[in-house]
Amino acid sequence: MPLKDYIGFCILIALVLLMPHLVANDYYLGVLVFTAFNCLACIGLCLLMGYAGQISLGHGAFIAIGAYSSGVLTTMLDWSPWTAMAAGALASMAIAFAVGIPTLRLKGHYLAMATLGFASIIHIIAVAATEITGGPAGLLDIPRLGLFGYSLDSDVSYYYFAWFAVVAGLYFAFNLVHSRVGRGLRAIHGSEDAASAVGINTNIYKIQVFALSAVYASVSGSLYAYYVNYIDPGPFDVMHSIVLVTMVAVGGLRHLWGALIGAVLLSLLPELLSMAAAPLKVIGIAYKPDYDILVYGGILLLIMMFLPEGLFAGLASASKSGTAFLMKLIKGGSIVRQ
Amino acid sequence: MTDWLQFLFMGIQRGAIYAMVAMGFNMIYNATGIINFAQGEFVVLGGLMMVSLTMVMDFSIVFAFFLSVGFVTIVGILMERLTINPVRRPTVLRLIIITIAVSMLFKGSAMCFWGKGSHYMRHFTEAQPLEIMGATIMPQTLWIIGILILVVIGYVLFFNCTMTGKCMRACAINRDAARLAGINDRRMVMLSFALSAAIGAIAGIIITPLIQMDYARGALLGLKGFGAAVIGGLGNSMGAVAAGLLLGTIEAMAGGYISSHYMDAIALVIMLVVLFARPGGLFGSSEEVRLKEF
Repeated sequence: MPLKDYIGFCILIALVLLMPHLVANDYYLGVLVFTAFNCLACIGLCLLMGYAGQISLGHGAFIAIGAYSSGVLTTMLDWSPWTAMAAGALASMAIAFAVGIPTLRLKGHYLAMATLGFASIIHIIAVAATEITGGPAGLLDIPRLGLFGYSLDSDVSYYYFAWFAVVAGLYFAFNLVHSRVGRGLRAIHGSEDAASAVGINTNIYKIQVFALSAVYASVSGSLYAYYVNYIDPGPFDVMHSIVLVTMVAVGGLRHLWGALIGAVLLSLLPELLSMAAAPLKVIGIAYKPDYDILVYGGILLLIMMFLPEGLFAGLASASKSGTAFLMKLIKGGSIVRQ
Repeated sequence: MTDWLQFLFMGIQRGAIYAMVAMGFNMIYNATGIINFAQGEFVVLGGLMMVSLTMVMDFSIVFAFFLSVGFVTIVGILMERLTINPVRRPTVLRLIIITIAVSMLFKGSAMCFWGKGSHYMRHFTEAQPLEIMGATIMPQTLWIIGILILVVIGYVLFFNCTMTGKCMRACAINRDAARLAGINDRRMVMLSFALSAAIGAIAGIIITPLIQMDYARGALLGLKGFGAAVIGGLGNSMGAVAAGLLLGTIEAMAGGYISSHYMDAIALVIMLVVLFARPGGLFGSSEEVRLKEF
């Protein structure tokens, strides 16, 4: 891992430790916990989209599998939350292999449509299988997660725990990206034919990274279930999968930091927009949360058309040209002085 | 005895819509090699526009029909001109995400203009069900079947007997060679978006009296239409028509005999099974699809 990324980690950890002191309000702390869940899912999705060059429109379904595995196994079979979470992750991984092996063998983006279909099926099951999932009414009384005999009851403790999971997940992803596997994945994104010509088994790499990204999503779903203690099919619809893709694409496909920034920005965006509703009303625009989809769609469209590498790469190149410009100015200035 | 006939009518009615959505997918796929995720939204926009024109503004059905199709066609052309055409050296992944973004914008706009409720629309002719061998069929279903037949005939004539249609086919087969022959391939892409939007709009207009259109239906309609396109073999429109009717019928039978809760899931499971087992579709070779890219 290059030095830059270590500095990034230091900044991230500092921000995570600082935020609870800046945010006094429990509600906003809760928003930050949800942001952590999105970040975790987006890290996995970024490995798939940015490195394997494949798109999944079904990550909401893996989140649902994680959440429902945790919910059903802990409430109905009295499993411990940790084993339930592991079971969910294993189930997600198995399903990812089952969906990925046939579709990733094909050229093109068949995975996108297969995962979209799969996500719709999972959502229909979550609504219709009332005996297991509770149907539209949902599952109640999911326990909180305990850690070394200490229950993560308060929002602050869960906040630290969720962001610890993000940092750990990110660290693992970075290690993967900078390993032999990661170099193979980047080669596949550059050119699949060239990658397979130098001896990379492109199919196996793509399938494995898809399964890994499913595990990330599943774990984030489990953590979500243990945090809100109640799940219903509402948040796991196809739209959520598309929002996750939006987060990764807006932040930057090619870089994990981009995915993280995209996830944070777009998770906080609804809050910012609802805060902006009051001043907007003054100038005669009645903003409703319903309009969020327009804002998301507009941002995604603009980024993809004009900044296809995403915000992170855009900012990086802007800061690079900015420093180059400054250097020029300074040098130019020194020339003038001479 | 009459049950299955009833389900068959239901299936053909649904299948006709899937067939037309699938034809729309195929047109854009053949011209650009991408899957247009906003295809389902064309159906919704057509249906909702028709509701406004007939129920609110009280136009005649025929006039409103052509006006709605024209409106959605213009939307399709604008989508291509503003979002697909300006992208230089596009990758497929990027274009797919752009169509996803456009579909979000369409869905959001439809929600703003038409609200979240579902909309009733009067039938083309009287809404009195006819009785055939003990099963009932709505006259609207006959309209759907008739219009599907007209669309298919129009499609065949356009692609086989007109110069523009032949140019589009040439582009689908080999874009570089078509350009060398003097065909403006970018115009063909625009045309494919226009035609595919028009077919989507027609599908939305004819189904709306029976299902009560709302803004959120696009995703599922689009997905099942894609299922029909896959089962028929991506890019093969006549296969898509057959597959759409087949998918609709299986879905209606399964909904009737097995479980109506899982009716929507059954069509999707069939789509996944075909995608896994015979990705070239029921009528194509699976070798062919290995070389296809979208």
